[in-house]
Amino acid sequence: MKKNLLISILMTVVTTVLFGLIYPLVVTGLAQLIFPDKANGQLVHRNGAVVGSRIIGQPFNGPKYFHSRPSAAGNGYDAGASSGSNLGPTSSKLVQRVKDSVAQLQAENPGRPIPVDLVTTSGSGLDPHISPDSAEFQVPRVARERGLSEAAVRAAVTRHTEGLQFGVLGAPRVNVLELNLDLDSLGTKQAELNQN
Amino acid sequence: MTGNGWLQIAILFLLVLAVTKPLGLFMARVFNREKTFLDRILRPLERLIYRLTGVDEGREMRWTEYAVSMLLFSVVSMVVLYVIQRVQGYLPWNPQKLAGVPPALAFNTAASFSTNTNWQAYVPETTMSYFTQMAGLAYHNFFSAAAGIALAIAFIRGIARRQAETLGNFWVDMTRASLWVLLPFCLVGSLVLVSQGVVQNFRAYDTVQLVEPQQVPHLNADGTAAVGPDGKPVMDTIAQQTIAQGPVASQEIIKEFGTNGGGFFNANSAHPFENPTPFTNLIEIFCIFAISAGLVYTLGHMTGSLAHGWAVWAAMAFLFLAGVTVTYWSEARGNPLLAGVNQQASATHPGGNMEGKEVRFGVANSALFATATTDTSCGAVNAMHDSFTPLGGLVPLVNIMLGEVIFGGVGSGMYGMLVFVVLSVFIAGLMVGRTPEYLGKKIESYDVKMAMLSLLIFPLIILTLAAISVVSSSFGTSSIANAGPHGLSEILYAFTSAAGNNGSAFAGINANTNWYNIALGFNTLIGRFLVVIPVLAIAGNLARKKYVAPSLGTFPVTTPLFSALLVSVILIVGALTFFPVLSLGPILEHLLMHAGTTF
Repeated sequence: MKKNLLISILMTVVTTVLFGLIYPLVVTGLAQLIFPDKANGQLVHRNGAVVGSRIIGQPFNGPKYFHSRPSAAGNGYDAGASSGSNLGPTSSKLVQRVKDSVAQLQAENPGRPIPVDLVTTSGSGLDPHISPDSAEFQVPRVARERGLSEAAVRAAVTRHTEGLQFGVLGAPRVNVLELNLDLDSLGTKQAELNQN
Repeated sequence: MTGNGWLQIAILFLLVLAVTKPLGLFMARVFNREKTFLDRILRPLERLIYRLTGVDEGREMRWTEYAVSMLLFSVVSMVVLYVIQRVQGYLPWNPQKLAGVPPALAFNTAASFSTNTNWQAYVPETTMSYFTQMAGLAYHNFFSAAAGIALAIAFIRGIARRQAETLGNFWVDMTRASLWVLLPFCLVGSLVLVSQGVVQNFRAYDTVQLVEPQQVPHLNADGTAAVGPDGKPVMDTIAQQTIAQGPVASQEIIKEFGTNGGGFFNANSAHPFENPTPFTNLIEIFCIFAISAGLVYTLGHMTGSLAHGWAVWAAMAFLFLAGVTVTYWSEARGNPLLAGVNQQASATHPGGNMEGKEVRFGVANSALFATATTDTSCGAVNAMHDSFTPLGGLVPLVNIMLGEVIFGGVGSGMYGMLVFVVLSVFIAGLMVGRTPEYLGKKIESYDVKMAMLSLLIFPLIILTLAAISVVSSSFGTSSIANAGPHGLSEILYAFTSAAGNNGSAFAGINANTNWYNIALGFNTLIGRFLVVIPVLAIAGNLARKKYVAPSLGTFPVTTPLFSALLVSVILIVGALTFFPVLSLGPILEHLLMHAGTTF
């Protein structure tokens, strides 16, 4: 008993150094060496400022932007406090929230079915994606607000649509932050052309 | 449900099938101390550990010493984790300057991580420093898993050995499990995860400028929206986003491979930094099953009856497929209460019940993950179980209630399943009126009593503590987030998850209160250690017995009939114990949902 107690203490110390410190430090070293961008969160820069991570969603509510899904993380897309809504299927709060979103979206684009991902919160509250249907739903509004043709906006959506990984895995999706940044840069180019 | 969804489930299933034999054989070699291709590097490291800790690797232990060593190690390492959390403010790698964790929460977390549960009553990104996550939490991800594997191996030796007094050496088994089985895979696997976008750094949290600054209602101290003197709501402008970082990949891989499940972030494997792509999702689900599936082969190999190993494997596979089918079907049907919303799946739209789910995974991968994480004692989640449809959420709950024996937690799934096997051959023996035998060992009253003890402790603590919580409005039901039958499901899930050492949650419940921290903390300790002791007692007793050659009256444990009997025993025991409470929770909610009732 005494001997095994002593071993327990020594074993905890020795293995903590090996598995709790050396192992993660080695992984960090290798990760930083081989995949520096991925290991640091794929931060996106614009005009010298960091404007986000490629794989962390951001809130967009203005008419000129493609909107992300609703988010339950903090005040919305708080990447320091990831969270889902945890509302159950029979929650009146959930049903009311979806009803409000549906009313708003129907006013914006009457007669079209509303894709479910556009009115539900994600598990992380940081979902960087919407479905291709949810992007298509928003194309007319964004084109109108930006004075672009629907075809041009649709082409931008296609540029940021990811299909199934390796042809089978996951679900097809559109990266909202990248799409909106792309549209902003298109707008800038358009303005430059107009000035010239 | 879509063809592609089923294809993805089939791919995962085939990968698990494919890894069973090679990994099982490898583990048999490791614990029989035969040569492996990793010996050149790992043997010197192993010897160094024994020299530093004073372990005599030639020494064998009786079941009592084996159990005592395991308990001592768990207590010591649990105390160390408690202390690390309390003093993290003075330790390095704490760029967010997080303060020490309060006592009740630190106890809960220490109990939870040292028992392979990884129940988390806290939000990691605002509570735990990088040092605590690495040296405290990720460390226990390795060693609670290694201890579990050791226990399973001890049980297998109990069956395999004849007229022997000992089951092996706990220190050697645990060390070899961590060095040979866990470490090499995690080194490679964590880098694969990084290559897909799982972060691995020591950065302070990044602050980025939002592309479109947001106006949000200003909240008063009591949580109501503030109204200005002009009668209009007061708005705050949010122009920045804080992005939590950390050494995630090194913890992420062992989180699944060791069926631990404790997220680096609050959203666990739904967070894009923990699980960025469908490929990482596949890797993570595969890791959840790999060791447990392999151990079934190890059982067959070490006991000399591969057919028995595969018969057990088949029973597990049947229960897994049944569970994933129900969950996927229920989630794909969607929520009938959401009017005017398209929930039909197509090539450009995930469809189904998407509340609490990520677009990149869709419904199929969320259902698959939820089933896998509760078939085993993992408890990682890539979607919020609290927001699943009633039947979709019923399956994870029932999976844990059945004892997490569907492949099961690393080690714990194996010995949990062997308890059901003992019970099955006992029942078969009763039916034919002969003394039951199991792989040449007579199963006698002592073994069956111990098996029943280990089975009954589990529902006893779940139902008692959940019942206490349900009748107390001051400390029990006050933590519920959803009203109606769903609230009962939240409490029931919490105690089931803790006792089963799972760690997933119907996460709406506020479990960071003194009652829940302490009650759930003890629940995890009882669910692990009081279940393990009778299990080791059976193993010690079996090892002592003489071999009895099979005769015509022996019930064969290698046939499909045996697999079917095993499945029936598991389902009947589970159903008899938990059906009443399930009918008041998820089943009632299902009926009410289709009647259009909300709460």
